[in-house]
Amino acid sequence: MSSTSATARRGEPSLGGSSRRLRRIDAVVGLAFVAPVIVGVLALGLVPFGYVIWYALHDWNPLVATFDWVGGDNFRALLSDSTVWASLGVTFTFAILLMVLNVTLAMVLAVLLVQKLPGTTTFRTFFFSPVIVSTVAWVLIWNFLVASNGGINGFLATIGISGPNWLRDPSWALVTVVVIQVFKGVGMNMILFIAALQNVPGDLKEAARIDGAGPRRVFTSITLPLMTPTILLVTMITLISAMDVFAPIQILTEGGPGRSTTVISYLLYRTAFVQQDFGYASAIGVVLFFVVLAMAALQWGTRKKWVHDEV
Amino acid sequence: MTLSTKRRRATTLTAVTAALALTAACGGGSGGEDGDGTPDGPVDLRMTVWSANEGHHEIFDTIADAYVEENPDLVSSVSFEALPIDTYVDALTTQIAGGQAPDMAWIMESYAAQFVSSGVFANLTPAFSEAAGYELDDLIPGAIELWSSEGDLYGYPFSNSPFGVYANLDLLEQAGQDDPRDLIASGEWTYDAMMAMAAEVSSQTDAAGFISSGDSYSNWNGALGHMWLSWGAQPWSEDGTQCQFTDPEVVEFFDWFHTQAFERGATPLPGEEFDFASGQAGLMMSQMSASTGLGEDFEWDFLPLPSGPAGQVSVVGQGGVGVLSQSEHPEVAADFLAYFTNPENSRLLAQYFPPPRTSLLTIDTLAEAAPNLTSEQIQTAVIDQSVTAVTKMGHPQMSEIADPVRIALDSLWQPNSDTASVMSQICSDIEPIISGS
Repeated sequence: MSSTSATARRGEPSLGGSSRRLRRIDAVVGLAFVAPVIVGVLALGLVPFGYVIWYALHDWNPLVATFDWVGGDNFRALLSDSTVWASLGVTFTFAILLMVLNVTLAMVLAVLLVQKLPGTTTFRTFFFSPVIVSTVAWVLIWNFLVASNGGINGFLATIGISGPNWLRDPSWALVTVVVIQVFKGVGMNMILFIAALQNVPGDLKEAARIDGAGPRRVFTSITLPLMTPTILLVTMITLISAMDVFAPIQILTEGGPGRSTTVISYLLYRTAFVQQDFGYASAIGVVLFFVVLAMAALQWGTRKKWVHDEV
Repeated sequence: MTLSTKRRRATTLTAVTAALALTAACGGGSGGEDGDGTPDGPVDLRMTVWSANEGHHEIFDTIADAYVEENPDLVSSVSFEALPIDTYVDALTTQIAGGQAPDMAWIMESYAAQFVSSGVFANLTPAFSEAAGYELDDLIPGAIELWSSEGDLYGYPFSNSPFGVYANLDLLEQAGQDDPRDLIASGEWTYDAMMAMAAEVSSQTDAAGFISSGDSYSNWNGALGHMWLSWGAQPWSEDGTQCQFTDPEVVEFFDWFHTQAFERGATPLPGEEFDFASGQAGLMMSQMSASTGLGEDFEWDFLPLPSGPAGQVSVVGQGGVGVLSQSEHPEVAADFLAYFTNPENSRLLAQYFPPPRTSLLTIDTLAEAAPNLTSEQIQTAVIDQSVTAVTKMGHPQMSEIADPVRIALDSLWQPNSDTASVMSQICSDIEPIISGS
């Protein structure tokens, strides 16, 4: 403390030079800390993405070793490919349904489980535990439960209800996969919301109550607005992860029945690794990238209108 | 917009872009390069297989070690890499796309036509012809037909496992059914009779009536391809360029199967899972090799395939092995394969895999491949049928048509579906793909 005061007393020029040097050191140290991430992103993200664009400009079948330049043919074919458009529709339906259900359920659970009541810790653990379970294991267990002759229909039968063929009925398959995914991931969002709820200053809520606000008004006018930064984070993460869903589709439905659960990332996989059309699949990957980017940018761009404290 | 906001937005977008690139980017490698096949020194060879069975690998290693000992200047090691069978072709493709093509690979008969006709497999005839004591003439012509093109051999069908029907005799008796062997003796062993039994098992017990070795609803060629031949059905022309799903025989077969599933309850509905080895099904159509997984929990028998409207058609499912054209050492790999499949080593492999050699088609040899089968079962369900057996169909563009057909068939696997219109839809979907082949 005395050293800083002494430095300040020695005059401005010295203080300015020292400050710049400190800032430079700060910047170098900061860069050193983030360097591994930057290298990782470049090596595992941007460079492969550059390759994907390059592949998308070729007709590439690795089995027969063809790798021929076709320019924008793959992208032109995409525009008139009804399968791709249908798949994008399924993807949006899946992602939006998942995001709405997940975020809503997570919020409800968070509000209930943030209360200091006996048993809340147990319930928090119960809802969070699927997050740490392997996705494949989780989906395989559900595959047995939702099978036509599986546990859920067995239970429904005991109360006189004939359950549908959850994964083989086109009108149920997508919803079933969404629900399975919601249960898998809702615990993480619930924890984030609980943390956000606990960070809402108690004096603000108290002031609102003194002003005559009821519990609902306190939640909608005080708690919810202060939680919007977390809601933004949660919706972005949930939406992006929903757009590239793969394992549940592969294990549960293989994109069927028909194409009712063929999301775009699964179409990409089948096009590349089953039909061996890697060039076209790469073009789908590029489109997927920009679609997700556009959705993330849209969320980010509109945040000022609804996220608290954003300028 | 302030500078800091712009900077923050740019940083965020960069981060999001990078994160999404991770999502969107998959795979890597170049288009692949061919080697000249003349290595300077001993090379390491690699064969991809779909078996992780220790007994299988013990024999592979024994043969490989002997070859390396005889050819130290040519090969330093031979490894056998097991890939999961469910995603075998996908995994193999991934290796090739990543520039890590194996030297040799197993492949199922459904992909044989594709691997042979598109040049994925290299010509084996020169190496096999030059190999001393190989006895090419000993190979059963019907067995190697699928793996040949214009008189040359591109793959060796190391496993020739006949299809038949496994019957859980305990369950059949529990359902009040006659012994199916009596039906065989009286010449009444037909698909309809078999499904009638299955329907009774399904209604009288908790077990399924009839199941196929694969999922009949998603693995259409694997699970049904050996059945429709008894209807005289040919879903595509011999050269694969014409769709024939709309042919009356094909429509009749799929209509029949739909009736068995959705009206008679003889076979499980889509999404229902039953396991024959656990005693959960009365009848199962599968290959001879499936007998190794059966124990003594219930009395069972392995029966010949029943007769359909076009008579009784014996069908063999094959596993073949070939040298990849993209191998770095195709000539060395072909020389090893000639050794791996010569008469002496074929006898070793026959402990697990029914060989395509006439000289080895004996009860003694096949009994080693299927120790749970009696001599009589091997004679009636295997050897007697091998003479007339046909190999299960494949298509030169199987990887391209598999998905469109499966997707179109999904609308058939619903109650009250219209088989004829679904078959028309299949042809509409795959004709643009196959017409240019």
